[in-house]
Amino acid sequence: MNEPRLLPDGRVVRYTFPERLMHWLAGLSYIYLLLTGLAFWSPWLFWIAVVLGGATISRELHPWVGVLFVIAVIWMYRVWASQMKKTERDREWWRSIRHYVRNEDSEVPDEGRFNAGQKLLFWGFFWCGLVLLLSGLVLWEPHWIPWNLRALRLLAVIVHPIAALITIALFMIHVYMGTAIERGAFGSIVRGDVSRKWAARYHRAWYEQVVRDSPAKE
Amino acid sequence: MSQANLEIRRISGHAGPAPGAGFKRESEVAKLIDTTTCIGCKACEVACLEWNGLSFSDTTFQNSYQTMPETAYNFWNLIKFNEYEPEGGSLMLLMRKDQCMHCEEPGCLIACPADGAIVQYANGIVDFQQDQCIGCGYCLSGCPFNIPKFSPTSHKVFKCTLCGDRVSQGLEPACIKACPTGCLHFGTKDEMKELGETRAKQLREQSGFKDAGVYDPSGVGGTHVLYVLHDATNPEAYGGLPKDPRVPWTVRLWKYPLKWLGNLAMIGGVIGLCVHYLRFGPKTVEEDIEVPKEGEQP
Repeated sequence: MNEPRLLPDGRVVRYTFPERLMHWLAGLSYIYLLLTGLAFWSPWLFWIAVVLGGATISRELHPWVGVLFVIAVIWMYRVWASQMKKTERDREWWRSIRHYVRNEDSEVPDEGRFNAGQKLLFWGFFWCGLVLLLSGLVLWEPHWIPWNLRALRLLAVIVHPIAALITIALFMIHVYMGTAIERGAFGSIVRGDVSRKWAARYHRAWYEQVVRDSPAKE
Repeated sequence: MSQANLEIRRISGHAGPAPGAGFKRESEVAKLIDTTTCIGCKACEVACLEWNGLSFSDTTFQNSYQTMPETAYNFWNLIKFNEYEPEGGSLMLLMRKDQCMHCEEPGCLIACPADGAIVQYANGIVDFQQDQCIGCGYCLSGCPFNIPKFSPTSHKVFKCTLCGDRVSQGLEPACIKACPTGCLHFGTKDEMKELGETRAKQLREQSGFKDAGVYDPSGVGGTHVLYVLHDATNPEAYGGLPKDPRVPWTVRLWKYPLKWLGNLAMIGGVIGLCVHYLRFGPKTVEEDIEVPKEGEQP
């Protein structure tokens, strides 16, 4: 927040380099986890593991990539958690979700840096990530769990896919919003900046704050 | 089984019906273990290692005659020794040969995600194909008998094959062959069930074991390894033989309803997003949107 957000060329810094790095560490590791996970989820999708180098390798790497993903999630938590608190504005936003979905955005309250939907995505991934980590640790080396603690294994077997399905729902909406619906959002998480118009259109309350925090041009 | 091909359908130049025509050979096999005549000699343990090419490994002493606490990836056949004092009776040393039960409804197979890694043959044998095994260990969670064991060296799972290689050639499993007391029997499931029931009746009527019976748990659809127990009401006393084994409910929930629900939700989600895009399309930034500048009070 300290470095200037308004660039001389008239663009606005939306995501700093560390923010983009952690996002893509999470994003790419998640996509690998999703693909290999789906391969183990359904026999109809088992071919994905074959394409990715064989099911044995997929099984071997899935937990390690999971560790990378959890590192990224913790990193994001440290950087973003303070900005993801639910506000009165978010409650209003949820009340007008109907209009947001129908692109009737004049009926939707101005959004801060992250809108309420993005906050849901963040917390959904954070909590599901935690559940996936704990159940994943049990599934990593199941033969280390002694027979009299097998309830842990049986719990992990059902909890891991449920948490994964929740993240898949969040992920699908996230990718859809970020690429198809809000044109420019994908570029912002790659290059880091957006146009002033984009900022004023999609995150007006945040943009106004950025403008307020910047000294007037001489 | 291979003999099925040699069932007689027709014969030439024969007056009347062909002898043997329509005869159906019972193809389901089973092992019968009569715990009441086991003497704990461990010949079956050795025969299993020898036939399957497994080397002798270290034993673990646990104040008992038992070789190790449970079966291992390189030790598929273990006699479990348990001291048991029945009510009003004298101390008994229960000996039960533990190995894969070859369930009719195998939890390992249901839990396994790897194509072709676990096979159930028509004769009831459940066998692991290690070349297809991906080492995920889900079978360990699916099994109610604690049988599949993970090899730390090959990262594959191993267990008793019911000597499928021998059985397919018309031979009995190695453990059966080695048993000196005749407490182990091998044959069709029906024969073994009948033999077991006969023995249990004998135990009830002549030996005073009023609760003697055959262990063929229905929770997993029956098994292709049967036990005759002195006390069929208390199988747990025989080294933790579960009273009512079932494929764990979380495994079934995961593999049946959750899988279909999840697939529907995922496919529905993709369709929903496509429909949304066609109906509403992307959001747009108006050309004449009011954009506050530095120094202006928004």
